[in-house]
Amino acid sequence: MWSAKIVVTYKKGILDPEAKTIQHALETLGYQNIEGLETGKYFAIHLKSELKRTQAEKLIHEICDRLLSNPVIQKYSIEMEETQC
Amino acid sequence: MLKFGVVVFPGSNCDHDAYHVLRYVLGARVEYIWHKDSTLRLFDVIVLPGGFAYGDYLRAGAVARFAPIMPEIIRFAAKGGKVIGICNGFQILLEAGLLPGALIPNDHMRFRCQEVYLKVANNATDFTRIYETDQIIKMPIAHYCGQYFAEDQILQQLQDQDRIAFQYCDLQGEINAAANPNGSQLNIAGILNAEKNVLGMMPHPERAAESVLGSVDGLGIFKSLLGSD
Repeated sequence: MWSAKIVVTYKKGILDPEAKTIQHALETLGYQNIEGLETGKYFAIHLKSELKRTQAEKLIHEICDRLLSNPVIQKYSIEMEETQC
Repeated sequence: MLKFGVVVFPGSNCDHDAYHVLRYVLGARVEYIWHKDSTLRLFDVIVLPGGFAYGDYLRAGAVARFAPIMPEIIRFAAKGGKVIGICNGFQILLEAGLLPGALIPNDHMRFRCQEVYLKVANNATDFTRIYETDQIIKMPIAHYCGQYFAEDQILQQLQDQDRIAFQYCDLQGEINAAANPNGSQLNIAGILNAEKNVLGMMPHPERAAESVLGSVDGLGIFKSLLGSD
């Protein structure tokens, strides 16, 4: 069966105040070499049925577009993995 | 007389406030609408109230947008029915695509619960006709995720088509960064759809509807709607 690891992050140009705060905290701790920092949300989806890879990918893309991300402000990346039942 | 419907999602917490103002302050006809209903009774105005529908899980409004009642509300709006989304209701309207853009966390990462001044940017709508253009009104905000964002092209459209309803301003009516409580682009506090029958706004008019609460400026929205009967 297929599992998908999905990470949703803000698009470039969208202010991510949480990331700014974390970066600032790291700088306060003495980490001065940080050029940039992003936050995101991680999802792991385990599909039930025996789908072909292309079908599974299509389904996961649909899920990301409809619910997991808001295309106005976010982008996502998907990593597919075949797992044993 | 117009009939209002107030949608109740799990996590709505301004539904009773909206119902109270409509029924007991204004004497209007109003009923609750359960989020799991998949048919809509006859209404003239639908209110999507504030709160934390479905716990604001994933993104504010993201799950509520797929509630069983939502396809009916989208159809209602498409036929010209009036819909007002307040705070969490505004977030739901954006997620549902009934209004353009998105609401992201406040630029300072803090929950803001305070009174704000708003400039009525367009009074030629069914929601705002009682106000005067550029009138300064006062009502509270209470949100963490209220920073309005849209691409430049959308912002231009909103301006060109007079679709900005309210902007955060100071007491003198100046629209500036100091009066912007959340980092919203163009100090946007409320916007309309192209047909101007859908309004989304972060401030709470239902919490500014009785003098004991410090302001009655929010009543104008509901009175404007009632007057458009």
